[in-house]
Amino acid sequence: MGLKTPLYATHVEQGAKIVDFGGWDMPLHYGSQVDEHHAVRRDAGLFDVSHMCSIDLRGRGAGEFLRKLLANDVAKLKAPGKGLYSCMLREDGGVIDDLIVYRMTESWFRMVVNAGTRDKDLAWIRAGAEPHDVAVEAREDLAMIAVQGPCARAKAASVLSESERRIALDLKPFTAAPLGAWLIARTGYTGEDGFEIALPAADAPTLWKSLCARSIVPAGLGARDTLRLEAGMCLYGSDLDESHHPLESGLAWTVAFEPPDRDFFGRAALERVNRPPREELVGLLLQGRGVLRRHQTVITARGAGEITSGTFSPTLNRSIALARVPHGASGTVQVEVRGNRLGALVVKPPFVRHGAALISTTQMENNS
Amino acid sequence: MSEIPADLKYTKSHEWVRTLSPSSLEIGITDHAQAALGDLVFVEIPEVGSQLTAGAACAVVESVKAASDIYSPVDGTVAAGNTGLANEPELLNREPYTAGWLIRIDVAAGQAPPLLSAAEYAAYLAESGE
Repeated sequence: MGLKTPLYATHVEQGAKIVDFGGWDMPLHYGSQVDEHHAVRRDAGLFDVSHMCSIDLRGRGAGEFLRKLLANDVAKLKAPGKGLYSCMLREDGGVIDDLIVYRMTESWFRMVVNAGTRDKDLAWIRAGAEPHDVAVEAREDLAMIAVQGPCARAKAASVLSESERRIALDLKPFTAAPLGAWLIARTGYTGEDGFEIALPAADAPTLWKSLCARSIVPAGLGARDTLRLEAGMCLYGSDLDESHHPLESGLAWTVAFEPPDRDFFGRAALERVNRPPREELVGLLLQGRGVLRRHQTVITARGAGEITSGTFSPTLNRSIALARVPHGASGTVQVEVRGNRLGALVVKPPFVRHGAALISTTQMENNS
Repeated sequence: MSEIPADLKYTKSHEWVRTLSPSSLEIGITDHAQAALGDLVFVEIPEVGSQLTAGAACAVVESVKAASDIYSPVDGTVAAGNTGLANEPELLNREPYTAGWLIRIDVAAGQAPPLLSAAEYAAYLAESGE
């Protein structure tokens, strides 16, 4: 048996199919992952993301330490509550994890890291923090619930008190605010608007049930994966890992080389990397029928690559993937699928954002 | 508990088999199989007239999660394929024993395939903890 979130019993009660995910017993779906996917794109869905780990960094040296620790620059976070997506790199530029960090006050930053990388992240952070005036605390006491979809904010806000509701609905994208012991952020992993709410474990089942009562559909990890892939978002362990640096993982935009005197972990290695890098992460749209899967070989005019994440896109009604291919690969490529070679089109992710296909149907049809 | 109609035969690889006539069978995937695979999104069925070998892969069903081979229970020839599944693969989830049938097979003479009864298949699922 694996680790269980405070919502485990609720998932079982709601008929979830439970699977192991990075050592956690998590809901895969509650019946149909495709229906859950559509609920998030068209209305609102609810995810238990309590397996993810909140880490608080407190102390006068917290900001200075994070400017060393992260490839993106927390000095960009001027207003309280502002969040930033960043990679945490090894000295050789390999990605230890991707995460979100919020600047709550001058001396309090909240990081949210992946479940499967929690232990190595904490070891790396604690070792790096030693010379700085900063206390590192993993918030094991917190659960986390994500509410995502075009109607998610309005529906979720309706369960809050009037004063809390105003705070929640006033949040700008990628910003967080405390609501008592909770932290509510306007962030997500689906390409839709919504909230991610970190709250004491004991509060989680009550909030979950009141959100369900507002006809927000519980959605499992299956839908979470098809939604994030349509949104072109990387999954650590599939699209990102320690043997690749962010510049060959589609994440150059998250590395802050300015100002030039900020010495973050991995900077020297990234500065030695060829520009453009040898490989890059691209989107693939399968032209015909079938499903692209992770580890399938991609044959391009510039050499071979590999699919890092592949699935069936319920919104586009065809298969999509992220693939690491030689730089400059474009147009139509071939993917080896179960002994056949299938044509796929190289596209720039995201595939879908805010409910709408970003890959035009004429593009899809002309190339079918 | 998954549904296991009493009038059908079953395989350990989770196909169901309906006898249409002494020389003709219809096959599909069981309710247990569709539930384990999750939402089906793609079905690849052989052309009419294709030769099938007992125990060999004859079709592919793919869910959002994984691709899975379908094995022919007998030697024979494909008499018909369920072409409706191309546009509506979700029929495999919704009506696995009726509208979600996969192929009809003209059975080569002189075979007695080792199929399970509904009770035997139920016992097999229970035994394998599925």
